[in-house]
Amino acid sequence: MATLLINKKKYTIDVAPEMPLLWAIRDVIGLTGTKYGCGAGACGACKVLINDEAIYSCLTPVSEVVGKNITTIEGTTENLQLLQKSWAEFNVPQCGFCQPGQLIAATVLLNANANPTDTDIDDAMSANICRCGTYPRIKQAIRHTVELKKLQK
Amino acid sequence: MSEIQNISRRSFIKNIGLGTGGLIIACNFSAFAQGENALAASFIPNLFVELNADGSLILIASRSEMGNGVRTSLTSIIADEMEADWNKVTVKQAIGHKKYGDQNTDGSRSVRYLYDTMLKMGATTRMILLSAAAKKWNVPESECRAENHFIVHTSGKKIGFGDLVEIAKSIEAPTKITYKDPKNYKYIGKSLKSIDVEKYANGSAVFGLDFRLPNMKYAAIARCPVTFGTVKSFNKTEAMKIPGVEAIIEIARVKRPFGALGGVAVIASNTWAAFKGKEALEIEWDYGKNVTYDSEKYMEQITQNVHKPGKVNKEIGDVEKAFKEATKIVESTFQMPHLSHAPMEVPNAVAWVKEDSCEVWCPTQNPQAAHTELKEYLGFDDDKVIINVTFLGGGFGRKSKPDYVVEAVILSKAIKAPVQVVWTREDETKHGYYHTVSAQYMKASLDAKGNVTGWLHRFAFPSIGSTFDSSNEYPASWEASSAADVPFAINNLKIESGHAPAMVRIGWLRSVINIIHGFSINVFADELAYAANQDPLDFRLKLIGEDRIQDTKDPIKYNTARLKNVLNKAAKNANWSKKLPDGHAYGIAVHYSFYSYVASVVEVSMMDGMVKIHNVYSVIDCGKVVNKNTVIAQMEGAAIFGMSLALYGKITAKEGAIEQSNFGDYRLVRMNEAPNIHVEIVESDEAPSGVGEPGVPVIAPAIINGIYKLTGKRYYNLPLSDYEIA
Repeated sequence: MATLLINKKKYTIDVAPEMPLLWAIRDVIGLTGTKYGCGAGACGACKVLINDEAIYSCLTPVSEVVGKNITTIEGTTENLQLLQKSWAEFNVPQCGFCQPGQLIAATVLLNANANPTDTDIDDAMSANICRCGTYPRIKQAIRHTVELKKLQK
Repeated sequence: MSEIQNISRRSFIKNIGLGTGGLIIACNFSAFAQGENALAASFIPNLFVELNADGSLILIASRSEMGNGVRTSLTSIIADEMEADWNKVTVKQAIGHKKYGDQNTDGSRSVRYLYDTMLKMGATTRMILLSAAAKKWNVPESECRAENHFIVHTSGKKIGFGDLVEIAKSIEAPTKITYKDPKNYKYIGKSLKSIDVEKYANGSAVFGLDFRLPNMKYAAIARCPVTFGTVKSFNKTEAMKIPGVEAIIEIARVKRPFGALGGVAVIASNTWAAFKGKEALEIEWDYGKNVTYDSEKYMEQITQNVHKPGKVNKEIGDVEKAFKEATKIVESTFQMPHLSHAPMEVPNAVAWVKEDSCEVWCPTQNPQAAHTELKEYLGFDDDKVIINVTFLGGGFGRKSKPDYVVEAVILSKAIKAPVQVVWTREDETKHGYYHTVSAQYMKASLDAKGNVTGWLHRFAFPSIGSTFDSSNEYPASWEASSAADVPFAINNLKIESGHAPAMVRIGWLRSVINIIHGFSINVFADELAYAANQDPLDFRLKLIGEDRIQDTKDPIKYNTARLKNVLNKAAKNANWSKKLPDGHAYGIAVHYSFYSYVASVVEVSMMDGMVKIHNVYSVIDCGKVVNKNTVIAQMEGAAIFGMSLALYGKITAKEGAIEQSNFGDYRLVRMNEAPNIHVEIVESDEAPSGVGEPGVPVIAPAIINGIYKLTGKRYYNLPLSDYEIA
């Protein structure tokens, strides 16, 4: 039995300790916002937050994250919610499948850097693939969120 | 009987389980095809509009949503024409059923096919509501007008749409429809956000992969590395030891174009166990005849085939004579590899087969094809097979082939439980319906003034037709048309195709053959411009020649004035003749596909020997536009898609097996490579034409032409990573 803390809620599950977190979240716990894209840490669709860091849940075994603070796309951290609003504002998604992973990557960026340059954005986001090609809008939406946050202060 | 009906009037409504007491407007597609008599005999209601007493409005999307924006664009046409309030609209996805007319979401034709029908649907509903209000108030209809979910009387009194439902239910649909003045459109031609955008952003959108049923099992399938190879024997001992693995089932190939490939399936309690079980299987394969497929050798073969005369697709004038009399001859050969669709969501489907019925939930572009396949496989009646369409995590043509849905049904039938088949990314890369591999040879003659006097275009590639009939070993006539309809004013022209049998499953991929012909024609035209010592833009405009309707076999007319217009606009937006920073250059390309006209100017540089794309200026003329936001997004996406295939796209085969496996060796463009993309939409009142695909074909040739201008080196083959410059 393993107890996971996801979006501030506890889930006790009976899975092999080496099961990747992705499948525990999707198939056992039933939160399907986190996506399978490649199973190899090559596309970023499966990203979730562990404390303030993004991890590839398709590669991270459940045993490594027991007791840690896990946030998925269904979570409610401040930067994630602000970014989600900007995503809607700029109509970022096309098919939408990669966007949970994109939003988690963008959340990590803003958690660490309140004023990212375009290069910072590229560096933070280039591990995530969007086959529809929404990159220009993702960039716009991140920039917009940064500006909004500055105004709020 | 009208083709559009108020079916809430009909007493049988309750018996067929439709409707919640609201006003229901349906359309009968067979009326368009078969006329009144057939309609009267076989009326199958397909609700498209359902208005409830509380004013809520349910609109049906009959086409699949895969990022193309159809759930928003199609329904917004109805909403606008009926004067509905968009905020009161809920979109419901149609099941796969012939009553909705053609639902195959490919060929960039959803809006093109359905624009008029959706307008009619909205107008009919509005007119019924007007009649209802006139009846209620006992005033002439001419004194009433519809306005944002209300009917308003000239006296100023008004009533909400919802409050008219009871009366409206008894009113016959009008036979003569009047439409809104287009200048009063609120949604059509504007920029609506996707109706699903919040769901996408908060993770609640249910893609096929996210669909769950109680007690659902998960399945992964090991398929033969060689196309159409079969299982000789297998050992399941190790696989059965994986915790969570419950059963191992061999499945036979279903020999149909969209049939299952067959293989060995692992049924498990979660996806990961199914994947692990599949890895642990020991299988001996009978590879079959495609084991000889070596894509490198194959490329040599089809290249030889384009260097000798082939089947003639089109001939005008006398090319040989033109070549003999030429001042200058230019010849080039182009090679392009297979491509894979690589949608972010892998193929997957949930099926639940019961004794005499079957229901599936799947991300499919073509639910009716899935319906046909399943009915055929199970031997069930039409209405015993239900196809539910989920959100698609990308399609690009892959998900119009429902082989993965057939797999799920085979397995659910075998284990008598609901099951979700999930392809691994490696499966998706190795067992696709690939964009075809191609070789092309082009030869042209120039006179002393630099005019093109003769044009020979010869190509060889396995036809998509081979997937439907393996005896098809030459490109089909429709696959030749994007070369045969070349819009150049040339008196001597010959189009030929060469022999090319298929060794893997060949399928359509976003923009299809236009990728191949759009590339060669645009690169070659650029080469000819330099051979003629002329500016590539001026040369191209001259080559297209005077304004005319191009002579094609298609009923929809190809207008060279519109082609030149997008070319001129793209050049203007990029400021074509401006001096760019040192080490930067522009390349240009223009192409007509899916009845739309697209030109792009691409700004490239070479940094440390590697190509970089800085700006893309694209212009599209797709006739009337429903949603500008969607058109712009599709053009942005097309630029990135075109870059991926230009820079990296390559699927190869050795000993019959695909060599690539995942995003590491099938690379796609990422954020740090994405250029600034500037899109202009030509204002037009022409009929709506394609949007999803026409933006793709111009990107690769524009990049090649830019690199040539910058470096003087011409690249004829894709991808550019083969030259180690990408």
